[in-house]
Amino acid sequence: MVKEIEKTGIPVVHMCTVVPISLTVGANRIVPTIAIPHPLGNPALPEAEEKALRRGLVTKALKALQTPVDKQTVFEE
Amino acid sequence: MIRIVHYINQFYAGKGGEEMANLPPEKIEGFVGPGMAFNAGFKGEAEIVATVYCGDSYFNENEGAVDVVMGLIKEENPDIVICGPAFNAGRYGVACGTVAAAVREQLEIPSITGMYEENPGVDMFKSKTIIVKTRNSAAGMRDAVKSMVPLTLKLAKGEELGTPAAEGYFSTGIRKGLFEEKRGSQRAVDMLLKKLAGEPFETEYPMPQFDRVDPSPAIADLASATIALVTSGGIVPKGNPDHIESSSASRYGKYDIEGVDALSGATEETAHGGYDPVAANLDPNRVLPVDVLRDMEKEGIIGKLHRYYYTTVGNGTAVASAKKYAEAIGKELIADGVQAVILTST
Repeated sequence: MVKEIEKTGIPVVHMCTVVPISLTVGANRIVPTIAIPHPLGNPALPEAEEKALRRGLVTKALKALQTPVDKQTVFEE
Repeated sequence: MIRIVHYINQFYAGKGGEEMANLPPEKIEGFVGPGMAFNAGFKGEAEIVATVYCGDSYFNENEGAVDVVMGLIKEENPDIVICGPAFNAGRYGVACGTVAAAVREQLEIPSITGMYEENPGVDMFKSKTIIVKTRNSAAGMRDAVKSMVPLTLKLAKGEELGTPAAEGYFSTGIRKGLFEEKRGSQRAVDMLLKKLAGEPFETEYPMPQFDRVDPSPAIADLASATIALVTSGGIVPKGNPDHIESSSASRYGKYDIEGVDALSGATEETAHGGYDPVAANLDPNRVLPVDVLRDMEKEGIIGKLHRYYYTTVGNGTAVASAKKYAEAIGKELIADGVQAVILTST
């Protein structure tokens, strides 16, 4: 799905936990996430902390979308 | 007697479904689940002496899992390790491939696994182990065992395998010399004639497929950009009005989130059948971060959160289907003036 949407010229950031799969399918901008059943959250955290964690990940994704890349890139930090 | 260790996930070990996918590696003596059919198939020539199992989520989320699994395997001093088969289960395929590759590399004994051709584990590990072609679901278990048993015995005895086409495994990319009846020029002309006549022919040197898409340019002005959310994590309005299937989805959904400040367990849920849904059903923002993006829209960090989100279930869903959905979604996003997409996967 990432590739088909990217083909239209719209940049796509793939947020997922199993990065090797994302690399294999061909996503160009990848942001690693927390866990398979809750990529953008952590039920063990208090609500406010969990939302801050999510906001951090989304901020990372937005940064990836603003970063020019010429090959598959994993945005770790 | 050939000693075999079998690697499977917690589900096939009878230790529970997705809610147990976080189970760390464990070992039992003998065989369980699919191991029963394998063991019967060996007819006394080989024996599964132990079964190591691990939850697929645990394996994929913990880098050290493979080392623990390898420790448990090594203690048994096996002659060969069988992993899976994993059919079209992505996380399980990655786990099976990782273990099978590590067995060859660290223990220097053969390994074998089985997967459906669209399992991402095939591309990741076909050059590192023998992956037998299977059907896309456990309904193909009987066939998978039937084709894996003779190959397991051959590998354990150090016998040479036939070609991938003849033996039913994915090409490992290793080339071997062999004698043909006709010389190369004749075979090439035969092929060319078939091609000109529009007849099917089999190339002797398949070109690698680089199915890659060039990265799109970065967005220049985030504060004026419209961002759309897309997910393969199956988030849908409660009740799943469009009946998106929990696996092998035959459709995608498009849902209006105009004026919605945050998704909620009261109004949304996941239709995905391939992961433990508890966390996502309690707070769907954990899969589709509408809450955070809405905040950022209000704060002027992004221009706009697109009015609709798109969703399907990426659980054993055919690549061809996913491609078709995303093509349609892409066209609509362009028409709606969306500048960037955040796509979340579970």
